[in-house]
Amino acid sequence: MKERLIRLEVFRYNPDTDTEGHYQHYEVSCLEEWVVLDALNKVKETLDPTLNFRWSCHMAVCGSCGMMINGEPRLACHTFLRNYPGTIRVEPLVHFPVERDLVTAPDDFMEKLKRVKPWIIRKDKQPIEQGEYRQTPKELLRFRQYAMCINCTLCYAACPEYGLTRHFIGPAALALAHRYNQDSRDQGRDERQEVVATKEGVWECTFVGACSEVCPVHVDPASALQQMKIASSFDWIKEHLLPGGGK
Amino acid sequence: MAKSNKPVVWFPFAAGGTVIAFFIPVIALLTLLVAFGKVPAGLSYESMHSWLADCVLAKLAVFGILALSLWSSAHRLRCTCFDFGLRIDTLVAAVLYSAAIVASLAAAMFLFRL
Amino acid sequence: MSRKPLIREVPPTTWYFRHPRYLRYMSREITSLFVGAYCVLLVCGLGALADGKESYEAFLLALQSPLSIAFHVAAFIAALYHATTWFNATQVAMPIQIGENFVPGSWISGAHYVVWALLSVVVILLAGVF
Repeated sequence: MKERLIRLEVFRYNPDTDTEGHYQHYEVSCLEEWVVLDALNKVKETLDPTLNFRWSCHMAVCGSCGMMINGEPRLACHTFLRNYPGTIRVEPLVHFPVERDLVTAPDDFMEKLKRVKPWIIRKDKQPIEQGEYRQTPKELLRFRQYAMCINCTLCYAACPEYGLTRHFIGPAALALAHRYNQDSRDQGRDERQEVVATKEGVWECTFVGACSEVCPVHVDPASALQQMKIASSFDWIKEHLLPGGGK
Repeated sequence: MAKSNKPVVWFPFAAGGTVIAFFIPVIALLTLLVAFGKVPAGLSYESMHSWLADCVLAKLAVFGILALSLWSSAHRLRCTCFDFGLRIDTLVAAVLYSAAIVASLAAAMFLFRL
Repeated sequence: MSRKPLIREVPPTTWYFRHPRYLRYMSREITSLFVGAYCVLLVCGLGALADGKESYEAFLLALQSPLSIAFHVAAFIAALYHATTWFNATQVAMPIQIGENFVPGSWISGAHYVVWALLSVVVILLAGVF
C-alpha cells in the first residue's frame, strides 16, 4: 500500500462569521487506494475538526457526499485519489445555497421532487386481496434505469439551465416523473403533466446533456426529458388540434 | 401553472433540426463548389428553372426544407441569446421568429413566380 | 439556530467557460447562426432564380467572392457539426424497446447516418456533380 501526500484546496464558509467563502489548504498523507471522502475524513480527524461535509454510506448509494471536485460534480466516495495527481480542489455543489463549508441546502430540489409526484398513482385501486399489480420483465425494463436515481443532485450542479433559471424543475425530478409515467402500474401521467408540461418543466431544458454525463449511477435524465418533450408535443396537438381535445 | 404552448415553436424546431441535419450539409457542399467556381450541371439556370418550374412536388420540397430550417435556426438562436445572457427573451423571440416567417414567405413567393 | 446560507450567483454571460462540455454545447447552439444565415442566402438565390437567367448567373458569380468562400466553409462546417450532434442525439431522444431489451443506441444513430449518406449521394447525383 503506497502512501502519498495529498494537497487539498477546500472551500470554507462559516455562516456565523463569514459573508463569503474562502479556500483553505490542507496536506494530508493518504493511501493511493483511497477516495476523496477518505482524505476529507482524515483532515477532519487529524487536522481540522471544524471542517463540515455530508456523507453516510461510502459506497455511492446514499447520495450524500456530492461535491465539486476539480470543477466536476462528483460523489466524494466514488472519486479515487489515484486519478488526481495534483492539488485537488473541493467545493460545495454549485447552483445550491451553501449551508456551511461543503454542505449545501437541497430544499429547492426536495420541493420540486414532491411536485412531480414521484410515486405510483392509481385511479382504480384494486382491493388488497386481489394481490399485487403484476408486471412483466419488459415492463420493468421500460423504467428501471430511471429508478436507480439516488437523489444526489449532481445533475442539478451540472445543469446550466438550472443555474440560470432557478424555477426549472430540473433533471432528477423530471427523470423520476418519467420513471413513474413509464411504469405500467401507474395511472398518474395526466396529473404529472400539469407540472412536466409547463414552462418550468421540460421546456426549460435545452438538451445540454451534462446531467447524464455526471450521473454516478448512469441514469440518463437528458433522455427522459427529450422523450417527455416529444410526448408533451403530441399531447398539445391532441388537445388543441383534434376535435374534442383527443379525449 | 398552466401547460405551456411551447410545442408550437418546439415541434417545428425539432422537425427543422432533422431537415438541417439531413439536407443542409450536402446543399452547402454544392454551393461551396459554386463558390470555388465549379458550378455543378444541375445548378445551372436552365436545369434549376426547369425542375423547379415544372414540378409542384419539387417546389414543396424546397419550401419545406427552407421554412423548417429557418424556423429551427431561429428557435435555437433564441435559446442561444438567452444562454449568452441576453435577458429580453420576448423581444428576441419576436424578432427571430418574424425573420424566419418573412424569409419563408419570400421563398414561397419566389417559388410561386417560377 | 438561524440559517444564513451563502448564495452563489451563476455569471449569466460567462458561465460556459466553467467547463469544456458547456463550450461544446455552446458551439453546437451557435451553428444555428451560420445555418440560419446560410438559409437566408439560399432564399436570396431563389429570388435571383425567379428574376431570370441574368440575375441568377450574377448571383452564382457573386458567390465566388473571398468573403462568400469563407462564409460557405463556415456554414458547411456548422451544418456538419449540427448533423453529427443531431444524429448522435437521436438515440437519446428516441430509445426503441423491442421485446424486453432496448435496441443498442449506436444502431439508431447508425441508421440515421446511413440514411444521411444515401440522401447526400442522391442530392449530389441529382445536382449533376459527376
